Amino acid sequence: MPSDLIHQYMRIDHLPQIWCPGCGNGTIMRDVAVAIEQLIDDPEYDFDRDDFVIVSGIGCSSRAAGYLDFNSIHTTHGRAIAFASGIKFANPKLNVIVLTGDGDCSAIGGNHLIHAARRNLGLTVVAFNNDIYGMTGGQYSPTTPNGDKATTAPYGNVDRPFDIALLAAGAGASFAARGDVFHARETTEIIRQAILHKGFSIVDVYSICPTYYGRKNKKGDAVEMLKWQKENLIPTNRWYTMSEEERVGKKLIGILSRNDYPEYTEEYAKIIEQCRKKK
Amino acid sequence: MSKAVLMQGNEAAVEGAIAAGMRFFAGYPITPSTEIAEQSALRLPQVGGHFLQMEDELASIAAVLGASAAGVKAMTATSGPGFSLMQENIGYGVMAEIPCVIVDVQRAGPSTGLPTSPSQGDYMQARWGTHGDHPVIALSPSSVRETYTLIIRAFNLAEKYRTPVIFLMDEIVGHMREGVELPRESELIINHRKMSFHDGANKQCYFVPEGEYVPAMKPFGQGERYNITGLAHDSSGFPTNSTEIAGKLFTRLLDKVEKNVNDIVRIEEYAMDDAETAIVCFGGTTRAVMSAILEARAQGKKVGMFRPITVWPFPEQQLRARLPQLKNILMVEHNHGQMLLEVQRTVGGALPVDFLGRIDGTVISPADILAKLNEMEENCHAQ
Amino acid sequence: MSKRYEMRFAGSGGQGVILASVIMAEAAVIEGLRTVQSQAYGPEARGGVSKAETVLSRDAIWYSKVTKPNFLLALTQASLDTYSKTLAEGAVVMIDDSLSLPAGLDPKQVIAAPILRSAREKVGKAFTANIVAVGAINAALGIFSDEVLLEAVKRHIPAGTEEINKKALACGKELISAEQAAAFAQTIE
Repeated sequence: MPSDLIHQYMRIDHLPQIWCPGCGNGTIMRDVAVAIEQLIDDPEYDFDRDDFVIVSGIGCSSRAAGYLDFNSIHTTHGRAIAFASGIKFANPKLNVIVLTGDGDCSAIGGNHLIHAARRNLGLTVVAFNNDIYGMTGGQYSPTTPNGDKATTAPYGNVDRPFDIALLAAGAGASFAARGDVFHARETTEIIRQAILHKGFSIVDVYSICPTYYGRKNKKGDAVEMLKWQKENLIPTNRWYTMSEEERVGKKLIGILSRNDYPEYTEEYAKIIEQCRKKK
Repeated sequence: MSKAVLMQGNEAAVEGAIAAGMRFFAGYPITPSTEIAEQSALRLPQVGGHFLQMEDELASIAAVLGASAAGVKAMTATSGPGFSLMQENIGYGVMAEIPCVIVDVQRAGPSTGLPTSPSQGDYMQARWGTHGDHPVIALSPSSVRETYTLIIRAFNLAEKYRTPVIFLMDEIVGHMREGVELPRESELIINHRKMSFHDGANKQCYFVPEGEYVPAMKPFGQGERYNITGLAHDSSGFPTNSTEIAGKLFTRLLDKVEKNVNDIVRIEEYAMDDAETAIVCFGGTTRAVMSAILEARAQGKKVGMFRPITVWPFPEQQLRARLPQLKNILMVEHNHGQMLLEVQRTVGGALPVDFLGRIDGTVISPADILAKLNEMEENCHAQ
Repeated sequence: MSKRYEMRFAGSGGQGVILASVIMAEAAVIEGLRTVQSQAYGPEARGGVSKAETVLSRDAIWYSKVTKPNFLLALTQASLDTYSKTLAEGAVVMIDDSLSLPAGLDPKQVIAAPILRSAREKVGKAFTANIVAVGAINAALGIFSDEVLLEAVKRHIPAGTEEINKKALACGKELISAEQAAAFAQTIE
């Protein structure tokens, strides 16, 4: 029996989704749907379902746009953030959410990620980060850890990986956060906060890919990979109780940086107003 | 004082686009198109529109498609190198049927080439630049005033046929200033995309009634929740693996241009009534051709001009109609012979087709054309 | 058929010869003449030889480029040496008086005027040299009235610079004697 959430916010005709058994992407898609649902249902805010636009690129992650029952646009590889920039700037009242992957947003689309972050255009980017190119069968991505194996790194990956959240923060993102599949409740709340945030927000969500990344690197099945997340990805409240030694090899799940830089469409609206007054 | 204003070709592209309803521009600076971005940055906020300088041309065309999907008429402008970068998403616009206008102010040579020199070397790229079988509409202006009126037509065709339209300019027209008297607003015809609202979420957003070719469009954020994708899709907008549905879609996309060529194609002819030699040309090259024809006519030569204004689809019916009266054809263009191939295909060996082209970044002069006409005449006599 | 009157403006990048060419075209538009204006861009226009062209006519102008100019303004030796080779018969050449005449150029067709020095010393701003030149060109050729020329200048200068540009125009006009004006006057047929 599908849950209310699925009935309400997913395109049931197009389910089941195409992801492999054990893939983390379904959970992240659910987190996004729950975060949006909470905002629409929240009397404190005035979110209209039809004002949400889901934009995705190409890759496993990007199939999520087709399953979510909102305005959705499944674009070209790497360009989701650029399409989203056009949608948001043309119609700033829309809540534009980009669902992308590690390859989509930090390899082929890396330039768009850093520049959207720099502009502080009010998009929300949720990166489904599984450390691998899944759709094409397991090639290494910009987030594949150094030394790990992939079909294009049969002897181990020589590249050093990006940390997507820190990359975006470094480029000026006014909201940069990390989430994961295991800590779904925390991750949902982070995504909710990201959507509420006025400027550019990014949530780098660590997914799991047992089929390609897990198998290539002997990480075990989906359960084993989730266990690893449970032990090594630490939500904020626990992170701050841990000592430096305890934190070694572990990563914080939570909001890494947040500030109130002026949002791009609002700043541009001032220019339009200024021009109008001059007339 | 006359009502004319001095205007640059690139500036006229922006003013015409704004008159057509363009309210969104995304672009990346590149010679010789940069004035179009600069003028858009200045003018758009004055009319409540948005200008966005993107990080590259990949982003520019993507932002334009996004803005258009959100319901706003949108444009970008570039030159050869940037036009190459845009190709993938031009195909996306064709597939997802998102109207927009892409201005390519051509420059000379492959790669970075001669950034400030005139050329028409992107003629074939405009047709075949993006992968896969697809339709293309491309228009090419030959004066500042025509740049203004024709870019309005480019938007009209984009809206009517829900497809990217390529506005193929060249450095000659883009950087030229002329005194122009612009048409009054009341004289302009402005088309808007056919819209459909509230006929049920997710239902048949690419539905096309029998005998028609273009689905009505729904904008984002106005109560319709539908999916847009560059994958082959069914009439509900969702990906399909059915080769039957995909084949029908690809055929309809081609048909919507091919079955409407009479509506899309425009040409200009000069002194063709009794012409025995037709000079075929387009865009900025027209300037030298017209000067040469006036001179040739003064010398008693029966020469006329056949100018495609719609350069894609190539006006083959119109050219074919002229063949019975002609002895020969001269194709003049600033490239190595690109429209020449279309002319040869259309003529099919019925007449000799001569060619005058140039690829060194300099401009073909009326004297060059007159010399070529003389050479053709001598060859005729020799035979 | 009306004849084309072809004008070429040459100097180094930054001297504003393109604007001088644009102003002459603007004056033509105000006057109701046909005009086409164009220029060479790019590295050539960044410090090297910079070139702009204006064609005037009473009829439609097709070919937009200048091939044999009836008038040449040259503000640098390099531009004078380059472009004095391709003049129409009887062309008028205006040069800054700091330049030396290349062989083959008939001194009778040349107006040498202290354009750069006047801008610097009399107007007080070196960057007004192009407007000084415009004033001198129009005084010599007599194509446009002073009012039309002033209006053309006004359409192409930043707000707040009207006075200094008016001064530059007047200064340019003074560089041309009545005899020169009589000798070089042109009409656009």
